[in-house]
Amino acid sequence: MATARKPKLAVWKFASCDGCQLSILDCEDELLAVAGAVEIANFPEASRAVVRGPYDLSLVEGSITTPHDAERIQQVRKASRFLVTIGACATAGGIQALRNFKDVSEFISVVYARPQYIDTLATSTPISAHVAVDFELQGCPINKRQLLEVISAYLHGRTPNTPPHSVCIECKRRGNVCVMVAHGTPCLGPVTHAGCGAICPAYNRGCYGCYGPKETANTPSLAAWWSGMGVSNAGIVRAFRTFNAGAEPFRRESEAHDN
Amino acid sequence: MTTKTIKVNYLARVEGEGSLYVRVKDGEVEDVALKIFEPPRFFEALLRGRAYTEAPDITARICGICPVAYQMSAVHAIEAACGTAVGGPLRALRRLLYCGEWIESHALHIYLLHAPDFLGYPDSIKLARDYPDVVKRGLQLKKAGNEIVSLVGGREIHPINVRVGGFYRVPARRELAPLAEKLRWAREAARETVRFAATLPFPDFEQEYEFVALRHPDEYPFNEGQIVSSGGLNIAPAEYEEYFEEEHVERSTALHSVLKGRGAYFVGPMARYSLNFDRLSSGAQDAAREAGLGPQCRNPFQSIVVRSVETLYACDEALRIIEEYEMPDAPAVPVTPRAGVGHACTEAPRGILYHRYAIDDDGTILSAKIVPPSSQNQKTIEKDVFQVVARNIGLPTDALTLRCEQSIRNYDPCISCSTHFLRLEMDRG
Repeated sequence: MATARKPKLAVWKFASCDGCQLSILDCEDELLAVAGAVEIANFPEASRAVVRGPYDLSLVEGSITTPHDAERIQQVRKASRFLVTIGACATAGGIQALRNFKDVSEFISVVYARPQYIDTLATSTPISAHVAVDFELQGCPINKRQLLEVISAYLHGRTPNTPPHSVCIECKRRGNVCVMVAHGTPCLGPVTHAGCGAICPAYNRGCYGCYGPKETANTPSLAAWWSGMGVSNAGIVRAFRTFNAGAEPFRRESEAHDN
Repeated sequence: MTTKTIKVNYLARVEGEGSLYVRVKDGEVEDVALKIFEPPRFFEALLRGRAYTEAPDITARICGICPVAYQMSAVHAIEAACGTAVGGPLRALRRLLYCGEWIESHALHIYLLHAPDFLGYPDSIKLARDYPDVVKRGLQLKKAGNEIVSLVGGREIHPINVRVGGFYRVPARRELAPLAEKLRWAREAARETVRFAATLPFPDFEQEYEFVALRHPDEYPFNEGQIVSSGGLNIAPAEYEEYFEEEHVERSTALHSVLKGRGAYFVGPMARYSLNFDRLSSGAQDAAREAGLGPQCRNPFQSIVVRSVETLYACDEALRIIEEYEMPDAPAVPVTPRAGVGHACTEAPRGILYHRYAIDDDGTILSAKIVPPSSQNQKTIEKDVFQVVARNIGLPTDALTLRCEQSIRNYDPCISCSTHFLRLEMDRG
């Protein structure tokens, strides 16, 4: 195997905060080993050197918010064997998808003195709305251990092991006291995808859903519980409308309470 | 008549997306333009209608590299609007969290983004092949900073433990003990980093800048202080908009900040250091002198040395805070919303970060204004690149392009945050 070509890894950025790709550089103990196992072929945040495609694994961060990016993602897809989206922006549209519920031209006028210089789409949409995606890694930000699992899985030709159950399961495993039952703190844990390690409840705080919906999320039931705890409709709308506002179950639930 | 253009279409080893365009005609630099094509995300617009308690979590998402800075400016501005001040151990813990972010962010820039320029490598991975111990030291130093952020903040990126009034959960003294152990190693690694940075080859490039930074009566600045400048400015954060303004130029989705009537200014480690040398720990002052720095530094290429000195300071300060820490009775002080406007300015790793919020009686955010450090440095970066090209006009385009990129990376520009930032195009025919 000494002559085997190293797989080419590319990292692409669309509208985002750079936090998810920073997770790669945050693998302080593993970074040099990863760089030994793959050829880092396109990763502008880390290197000036660019190796031409095609790429074996593309990690895509960020959402599509401009006409130019809607074109660019097509090129990325064509140049990639496997395309994995990383983070809430790439999988659900991110916090910038709050514009989807409002008038974007009004948003532009609030922030920019000369709206005519700004070229943006009315919506912020996930990568899967534009091209076929091989795997989606959720989280705002993603968990770096899960990212290493995804890279390792694709290097070895297997499916990544990232359980789709709720934060509640992680909470029980961690031995946390349930903040909703014991403290009456509204928590999105029952409908939120695992992966963070249930850090908010471990810090005496209700989950705020930054990992997006779990599989088969029963959001209407949780919203009814929240109402029973005295959370207003406006509060429920805000809770479902944060970093994963564009994810289908969260979008539907927020719209059901938006009156 | 010949025209020469240099284009860097996608600036590497900066956070976010931007490009640089330089036009040279008959051996004279005609135009330098930083173009920022980071797509706008409209944070100031989407904050309207949100609860005052949500500002720290939402604004953290402006930047994955310095989320703590956004959280700190947000909580201080909201608390100012509500007439609350947070003191004692809660204030100290906020400072400790900020130390963690400075160490993590500075080590990232020094070792992974900036050092490869000085040593002639495209990235730190290739640098590591020849200097494995240097890169490993940088990664472990970065990790030490991240461990502070993880413990106090809950996780490295977008911490979950910061709230208006304090924290959700505060650590017990014994939880901080293993951190102190790591930080004693980190302090030595930071000293070694200052020595390493001092050996790098620096072009002679002293410039006249108006430095702007916070200044506090007794501390090196993180969360509090007056906004002061080397040109004599001395104002409260609430007066920021009277003295500074933003311009929207066609080439950039990041607004350009200027000092009204005075133009470009300089924020970040070199400004902080030059305005606050006397507030550094004696260990950090000694290391700076040994590295050949005076109490002021005006060569942006030496910013890597200044960043190293600040990293050492942050280790000293974190250790001091841990030593003196007493666990508070409550993790937060109560904050009651009231109609009003609050301002705050804190020292992000890349320089001052200004937030202003107007809220109503029930705490709903009515308006928000956020001015990140990298947008404040844009004009100064353009001026530096102009000088760099003018002085190195005879260099081959490849070498000149690299030098231009390096002079941009001197500022550690964080482009994701300033949109609301790099490619180099050089036009020389």
